Amino acid sequence: MKLEKISVKEFLLRTKVGDLDLEDFSAHVIENSRSIQKKYNPFITLKDKIQAPQKKGKLFGLPISVKDNICTKGMQTTAGSKILEGYIPPFSATCVDNIMNEGGVILGKTAMDEFGFGTFSINCAYGIPKNPLDTDRSCGGSSGGASCITAAADFPHIALAESTGGSISCPAAFTGTVGLTPTYGLVSRWGLIDYANSLDKIGCIGKSVYDVALLLSVIAGNDPRDSTSLNVPKEDYTKFLKKDIKGMKIGVPEEYFEGVDEKITKVVWDAIKKLEDLGATYEEISLPHTKYSLPAYYIIAVSEASTNLAKYCGMRYGLHLQLQGNFDEYFSTVRSNGFGEEAKRRIILGTFARMAGYRDAYYLKALKVRTKVIEDFKKAFKQFDVLAAPTMPIVAPRFDEIEKLSPIEVYMMDILTVAPNLAGIPMISVPAGKVGGLPVGLHLMSDYLQEGKILQIANAFCL
Amino acid sequence: MLDYWKIDGELIKRVADNARLKLTEEEIEKFTIQLKDVLQAFKSLDEVDTNDVKPSFHPQKISDVYREDKSEKFSWEPLANTKHKEGKYFKGPRIV
Repeated sequence: MKLEKISVKEFLLRTKVGDLDLEDFSAHVIENSRSIQKKYNPFITLKDKIQAPQKKGKLFGLPISVKDNICTKGMQTTAGSKILEGYIPPFSATCVDNIMNEGGVILGKTAMDEFGFGTFSINCAYGIPKNPLDTDRSCGGSSGGASCITAAADFPHIALAESTGGSISCPAAFTGTVGLTPTYGLVSRWGLIDYANSLDKIGCIGKSVYDVALLLSVIAGNDPRDSTSLNVPKEDYTKFLKKDIKGMKIGVPEEYFEGVDEKITKVVWDAIKKLEDLGATYEEISLPHTKYSLPAYYIIAVSEASTNLAKYCGMRYGLHLQLQGNFDEYFSTVRSNGFGEEAKRRIILGTFARMAGYRDAYYLKALKVRTKVIEDFKKAFKQFDVLAAPTMPIVAPRFDEIEKLSPIEVYMMDILTVAPNLAGIPMISVPAGKVGGLPVGLHLMSDYLQEGKILQIANAFCL
Repeated sequence: MLDYWKIDGELIKRVADNARLKLTEEEIEKFTIQLKDVLQAFKSLDEVDTNDVKPSFHPQKISDVYREDKSEKFSWEPLANTKHKEGKYFKGPRIV
């Protein structure tokens, strides 16, 4: 069976009318995935066999990979951490159930930085995914495995990913794929292994804007099991892909070009000019609190992470050691053995920022600065439909370059993605062009629940 | 904010003890330098005037959601993932 270049859309049209042998297709998918795994390591767990779809639905027979911090019933879920090795969730996340109820099939669990702690998918307890465009380079993080399999697969597939501070946009930009991060609360977080509860968002990475719009239509929706889940009606987001973009107003924040590689700046400006040619108008604007979003984001994220990670103590699931010493000694030994270096660093930072005497100066201050960042966006969206910027300040870096960076230098790489994540607004990264043969992402952001606008512009741009 | 030079190995050790992490001497030394670096860079937050600004614990206003107060049985086996159990209980380390 020739499956090369078959799109998700075409595949679903064919499975709908029964014009495709799903057993043959599944065998091809597994064979192809195994060969990709050998070359690029996108999976922590790859299934031996794809199960038949549960139902006929919007995703009938479509392989979906799931980031390994999203629970899948009966299938190991580690969040990329040794401390969760062997954990078999007795339930699936709501979004996974939604996918299976629409006939989607789970292909495997994708590699990630431990608990989402990273920008380059190098803090991985189960091997580092490599960029299919150049194996000496990172495929971005923390949803690195998701972007890797999306870029490498020759079969129709969409990846379920997750972002806290840019973990969907960054890997999409580095691999030339499309990454959609929805409004905070639009997709239920039930069954997601928390990094930072007020920031985590489940989203998708696909080969096309249609793919991510389709998967969002399946996973979005209110869930009583997640108290932060928004009470909004379900929507078919693919309907936004048919419209043109005449008259749409785009804001271009000047702060998002500071310190960005010149060649990347040119590619992104060319993209904005293309949007103008398609009928949109643009204007340069200022989001004055952008540079403060980085420290605010990190302080909030590590503070929340350090409380979330308190539950890993070798008693109920994951890594267990022999019960020795008192509870303090046992818990500390398990945690010191199970967490990787970046996890330990963030636990220390987060515990410090919440400690008596420092809490007001760090944690509370960061939350107030977050309010200012949100106000910047609110003001901008009174005037503009969408904001456009580069997704990342660099193209996918080589692993030997990453090794030389100090933790603060790595954190600084997130400067363009943390502000929209702090504000919880939707964003999409689409391939805008190339620099030195490597993809550059155009980042489009819109107001709360205005996914339709970024999908509409992204689709028009990619057509 | 704390002046970065006041961050030393002793503080890192105290924080690690609070977080139930046993750090090696090497880790304490490394984290002390890195934490100094990070907090020095984060001092820029002091430039933002946040007088009369309310903190945003969430990106949007979140209202409390309540479920009906009735007991439910687990639909799954809570002890399925533990290696330390006795009968129907989790077995933990000594408390004292």
